[in-house]
Amino acid sequence: MAKKFEGLVDFPILSMKYRTRLTKKYMNRKEYEAPDIKKVKSYIPGTIIKVYAKKGKKMKKGATLLILEAMKMRNKILMPIDGKIKAVHVKEGEMIPKEFLMVEIE
Amino acid sequence: MSLKKSILDLRKRREKVQKGGGDKAIEKQIAMGKLTARERIQALCDKDSFTEYDLFVEHEARDFGMDRKELHGDGVIIGTGTIYGSPVCLFAQDFTVAGGSLGLMHARKITKIMDHALKMRVPLIGINDSGGARIQEGVNSLAGYGEIFYRNTLASGVIPQISVILGPCAGGAVYSPALTDFVFVVDNISKMFITGPSVIKTVLGEEISMEDLGGARVHAETTGNAHFFAKSEKECFDQIKKLITFIPWNNETKARAFPPKPPKFKGKIEDLIPSDPRQPYDIRDVIKAVVDDSDFFEIQEMWAPNIIIGFGRLNGETVGFVANQPLVLAGVLDVDSSDKAARFIRFCDAFNIPIVTFEDMPGYLPGVDQEHAGVIRHGAKILYAYSEATVPKITVILRKAYGGGYIAMNSRHLGADFMMAWPTAEIAVMGPEGAANIIFKKEIEAADDPDDMRKKKVQEYKEKFANPYVAAAKGYIDAVIEPSETRKLLLHAIEVSENKGVPLPNKKHGIPPF
Repeated sequence: MAKKFEGLVDFPILSMKYRTRLTKKYMNRKEYEAPDIKKVKSYIPGTIIKVYAKKGKKMKKGATLLILEAMKMRNKILMPIDGKIKAVHVKEGEMIPKEFLMVEIE
Repeated sequence: MSLKKSILDLRKRREKVQKGGGDKAIEKQIAMGKLTARERIQALCDKDSFTEYDLFVEHEARDFGMDRKELHGDGVIIGTGTIYGSPVCLFAQDFTVAGGSLGLMHARKITKIMDHALKMRVPLIGINDSGGARIQEGVNSLAGYGEIFYRNTLASGVIPQISVILGPCAGGAVYSPALTDFVFVVDNISKMFITGPSVIKTVLGEEISMEDLGGARVHAETTGNAHFFAKSEKECFDQIKKLITFIPWNNETKARAFPPKPPKFKGKIEDLIPSDPRQPYDIRDVIKAVVDDSDFFEIQEMWAPNIIIGFGRLNGETVGFVANQPLVLAGVLDVDSSDKAARFIRFCDAFNIPIVTFEDMPGYLPGVDQEHAGVIRHGAKILYAYSEATVPKITVILRKAYGGGYIAMNSRHLGADFMMAWPTAEIAVMGPEGAANIIFKKEIEAADDPDDMRKKKVQEYKEKFANPYVAAAKGYIDAVIEPSETRKLLLHAIEVSENKGVPLPNKKHGIPPF
């Protein structure tokens, strides 16, 4: 009986706080992050085949930053805006997960 | 051949085929901690009740040297038996024969017993233990799967269908269980996935073990694909047998009635519940306090535990319970809990099982992840399921019934037949704090002491609206009852609704928000 009521926390719903337990899934949920156009992230896990972007390089919108191979498809990852590359976080041959920060734009 | 000789010959043939893949393969199966297909059937059925069909079926594959191979029974056992005297149709894949792989004749045997179950109007139990499609049989194997899925769908809502995963069940094979009503898994034995760890690693570079990808616990806790989780095959068979006692043979009969028994619970039901709506309790204690023999058979215990579903009996008759669980996530509705409840409601409706809803919840779960996961569509499933159901529908509001949750949890407005509320019920658009803050915003802000004013207004709102009497005055609630009257009134409601009939508009089928 006592064990049942272990691990209770205050859980706010609207303006009330309820004593309750959280689920693993709730605790592991991803906090929302507003999309940032200057951070190019992978939309699928895969392997970096080729990197064209270099730190400090100025690139036009639509230029190919790198090629990400996933599901046997070679996906061109394009520059989303005109800008200068602030950092490249991937190397050729590297396997990356989904939502991995690949390139940052200044 | 003399008669005696031919009988001996039959015995010899039987004995040979019943060995499945032979002693070595059986040893391997045992070493994996698994029972053989035959032992499983024996463990599940009443003693000596199983009758096997198609023992002598052989495979038809001719390519890749398969013509020289003998596959006993083509890797699957089918037949009929009884469980506590109730007839069932069964198939059990035999992993000792070519890894239980599914070829043309293997699939024909399964579809044969499925057709039989549908004709005889008795439940179907499928024991899955198979490496998947028999590659050598190519498209014939795929055809087999498709024909099984088709029958699963035709039988859905006509006969109860139970899937037991006692080994690997991968790729297309998983979709037959997914189409059935109840999926049973056993820790360390069951594995279910569409694409396995090796494919995931090659294609995506993600590394994961089979157990973490699609083990029993994952499906019982994370995906919700499994309904029952057991630590051993024996426990699993006991669960299946118990389930069989709660459900009818088909959609035109009722579940078997048992001799009525009073609950074992002898205390006061109101003592189970804190009066402060913010304090938790275990709603299962309340269900156990009202059902016969305090015997509540919970389904999907580990997944979406903020809602509780399961079977119990009232006066000997099976009833489906749907109840918010204040102990977990305050009992909110969210994507998973709506999904879980909606499917269960539809099962009960299809199989003539009355539904009792216990309500105590603050509303839907707020959050970006919920909204983006489609809580609108998933949340709508529960509205659809309750509205569509024509079995007797009874609701008891214990404490909170706020906002959208009030409507969703089998409200009068969705067609509830009996609406009861305890005097502790708070039926309102939202909790008193939130409501007072909005309604009396100006007065609170203009006051010399806004906090004091807020308290006053919250109290005022609580007294006026956070009760069952406003809803009762409109007839939305039929009766405000004392908690101790709950069981009596539930029994009465079931009795009164024995011949319930609801005229519905004619249609081919509805289009629920899948």
